[in-house]
Amino acid sequence: MAVKVIEQKPLTILERTYLPQIVGGLKITARNMLKPSVTLQYPDERPVIPAGYRGVPVLVKDPHGREKCVSCQLCEFVCPPKAIRITPGEIAADSPNAHVEKAPKEFEINMLRCIYCGLCQEVCPEEAIWLQNNYSLAGFSREQLVHNKARLYELGGTLPDSHYKWDKKKADAEAAEHEGHH
Amino acid sequence: MNRTAITEFLAQNELLLRAVGAIAIMSVVLGMANLCVWLERKVSAWIQGRVGPNRTNTPLIAWIPVVGPLLGKLGLVQAAADGGKLLFKEDPVPGHVNKPYYYLAPVCALAPALVVLVMLPFGMLPGGTPLTLCHVDTGFLFMFAVSSLGVYGITLAGWAANSKYPFLGAVRGAAQLISYELALGLSIIPVVLATAAPGVESPLNLTAIVLNQSEVASGMVPAMWHIISHPLSALIFLVAIFAETNRHPFDMPESETDLVGGFHTEYGSFKFGLFFVAEYGHMVIGSALFTLFFLGGWSLSPVADAKLMELLSLNTLFGGYALTVLGLGVFLAKLASLIFFFMWVRWTLPRFRYDQVMDIGWRKLLPLAIANLIFYVVFYGVKAGH
Ligand code: SF4
Ligand code: SF4
Repeated sequence: MAVKVIEQKPLTILERTYLPQIVGGLKITARNMLKPSVTLQYPDERPVIPAGYRGVPVLVKDPHGREKCVSCQLCEFVCPPKAIRITPGEIAADSPNAHVEKAPKEFEINMLRCIYCGLCQEVCPEEAIWLQNNYSLAGFSREQLVHNKARLYELGGTLPDSHYKWDKKKADAEAAEHEGHH
Repeated sequence: MNRTAITEFLAQNELLLRAVGAIAIMSVVLGMANLCVWLERKVSAWIQGRVGPNRTNTPLIAWIPVVGPLLGKLGLVQAAADGGKLLFKEDPVPGHVNKPYYYLAPVCALAPALVVLVMLPFGMLPGGTPLTLCHVDTGFLFMFAVSSLGVYGITLAGWAANSKYPFLGAVRGAAQLISYELALGLSIIPVVLATAAPGVESPLNLTAIVLNQSEVASGMVPAMWHIISHPLSALIFLVAIFAETNRHPFDMPESETDLVGGFHTEYGSFKFGLFFVAEYGHMVIGSALFTLFFLGGWSLSPVADAKLMELLSLNTLFGGYALTVLGLGVFLAKLASLIFFFMWVRWTLPRFRYDQVMDIGWRKLLPLAIANLIFYVVFYGVKAGH
């Protein structure tokens, strides 16, 4: 890279008194004083969360109220700080969701470990885990910051679903069986 | 009690009166120091695009309708909270300090500032009596002498702390004070020369200097503020006052970026608070002196004073007092603007390097002050010769 040497001009007498520079600085700060402040009055005013923000990871349900997670444990494997711990469980045969076969018995995310990387959301085949808008998280003890399944669903709520993958699967299977009879 | 009784009572109890006056002045100035803390926070916030303190409040104050919440919104309660915090903090004394001097230093820093206050004239009663606790003929010489004792507080603190950063801060503080005191003293002499006229009792007296800037009192036409007739003196004095009060850009003794906290590194709690108040006290005094020397003190303007006097003298009894009160207001307004200026500068300029401070003091300000002095001596000499 070519180096461009800039010749330093000697300071003029006026400059050496510092005064013009000081007056210039005072002018700038005076102008700043008259400008409105840029402060966001935080607890009263909330920042606008941009789309794609990576907040607290939570679990969601589909509009029918079915928990979307099938406890495939991909997120548990991918999570870099090992914040997720899943205990897989079966779905009872008499449940309307019996065709999904599996659901987590317990699902814990340790928020003291989570680094908000979003890999869990990216890896989930069921779109069951989301990093939503919640950016402020606090608790009085370490235990409080280990979110269990109930808490994760409470925080996550319901998200719209465009696939209803399992219902389609079930319908297809039923149709295939029906055809097989013919 | 009728009037004469009151007058008699006051005459008999002059000492009491002075004590009350002293306490009143002290509380006003300490209150102002506290307000300075508030203003400092606010000015810094405005300059940096923030809002500053606006939430602090205590139940008792917040319960006062309208006023209470307003005080909180303005952040004024913050000043009290700051003081209260310092008061209630634990006060650790590090094991390695030199205890007697360690305890003495904060007092040494604050006491001179308070002593100087008694000699500060801040208005004038109708009869021409200056409003001051103690009318000294040597006037500001004594004030300068006492207020520069404040550096002993800094030096002692640095020495007593027995650790290197405070010590460096103290040495810098002392060196800086000596360097700028010279320019400070020399810059004032032309003003004294201007005041010294036949009939003036003592040109060193601050009241005389103030009166010299008003047409009515000096009988001089045209009378003007010394900042106009002695601009260079005013500039040198202002710079020197910044240095004397250890304010930015001259806060060498503190320079927290290279000296941790400077001379008060080892201090905490209320002892630190005393240093803090002393700094603001010195700032109030410095601003007051500048107002008296160069901004006409309590006179509204050299010309307007006479008009006002005419206007108000229609009512003989209250007219005079109205003028006094007005003068007091004018004085405080000038003082407040100067204090604001101090803060404005602080949040604008970066700190000078130590060698720059010395360079400005000895190689620029001092020769300039001497040249300025010679110019005015010749000027007044020629003028008197005519
Ligand atoms: S966001 Fe990252 S760290 Fe947090 S739970 Fe998901 S994968 Fe783990
Ligand atoms: S959240 Fe998604 S990735 Fe994690 S176990 Fe459930 S289905 Fe699998």
